[in-house]
Amino acid sequence: MTGSSDGVFFLTGKDFTNAGSASSNLKSILENMGIPADIVRRASIAAFEAEMNAIIYAVAGMLSYSITPEAVKVTLQDMGPGIPDIDLAMKEGYSTAPDYIREMGFGSGMGLPNIKKNTDKLTVNSVVGEGTTLEFVIYLEGPPPQTS
Amino acid sequence: MTLGEIRGILGAIVITQRTDMDREIGRAYCADLMSDVLAFSVTQSLLITGLTNVQVVRTADVADIKAIVFVQGKRPDLDTIETANSKNIPLLVTNLSMFETCGRLYENGLRSATGDTP
Amino acid sequence: MKLSDLIEQMSLELKTAETDLTREVTSGYVSDMLSDVIANAREGSVWVTFQSHLNIVAVASLKGISGIILVNGRIPAEETIKKASAENVPIMTTSLTAFDLVGKLYALGLRCR
Repeated sequence: MTGSSDGVFFLTGKDFTNAGSASSNLKSILENMGIPADIVRRASIAAFEAEMNAIIYAVAGMLSYSITPEAVKVTLQDMGPGIPDIDLAMKEGYSTAPDYIREMGFGSGMGLPNIKKNTDKLTVNSVVGEGTTLEFVIYLEGPPPQTS
Repeated sequence: MTLGEIRGILGAIVITQRTDMDREIGRAYCADLMSDVLAFSVTQSLLITGLTNVQVVRTADVADIKAIVFVQGKRPDLDTIETANSKNIPLLVTNLSMFETCGRLYENGLRSATGDTP
Repeated sequence: MKLSDLIEQMSLELKTAETDLTREVTSGYVSDMLSDVIANAREGSVWVTFQSHLNIVAVASLKGISGIILVNGRIPAEETIKKASAENVPIMTTSLTAFDLVGKLYALGLRCR
């Protein structure tokens, strides 16, 4: 793969016409850099879920990425309602989405679990009433050895 | 089976341009909830859905889905079709219900992606 | 066929106790969109979905659906099971995908219309 790259996408809340386009663009960037297909797919899926969460719930958000020979790192900061109980939000099938969101094909409660499943490291910080910052990392060479 | 054969079985029409009807499809999956599609990482499969918004195509792109069949004669809008054209994701439309669509394809030997690792 | 026969033939797991399994299943419907089920599903049909939100019980009651089959090993929340039991809506689960399950129902002769 070629070098390093970083950048940022700005997301507008409730902008469903463009929802998912940031992740689509990120996918193209990763592919053009020669990143292995499996990593591209995992990163794209995780970014897509994070992006959709921001667009569904927040007023605005910023998806920034940093690609190095070691890892793909994505950070999603949003100005949204925040997550009162992160552990609960991580449960498969748990959803706070209103019905109209479900009718659009979202809100099945799989978003955060999907991100966790596809990434090597995930941190979620949230302040209710202010917003959520989510960061995930996928290591290109596999996760670093654990120290017990 | 190929996309062409799928079109025949479902009596479907193709709404994307320059579509390769010889594209091989090895698995199929039906869903209307996009996160479920991503949860099961049904890569390289045919997605059968009744949802026609542009996120379906974006989800398909992110999940490496090979083609999409819309059921009940539902058609996506032009922007969605254009997005599919640019991502080279074939779109088909059938008048059959999702139940009938799955039933017929299964009858002809198509099966789902099982689990989430290819 | 009776719902109880279907459960046996498809090796489904029943999640709701004391719901009526003797009812006849006359057709099948597969969709995750509540609005679509409300518009199109027929009375007596068995509903195949991955959607496990509480609202599925109300929709099933409204449409006279004979039972709901959750796919992909989806485990319904306790509150969904409780409501389904209270409304006499049988909920069953399978580890199969919706596509594979519908394929098998179709092979048994079940149709949508």
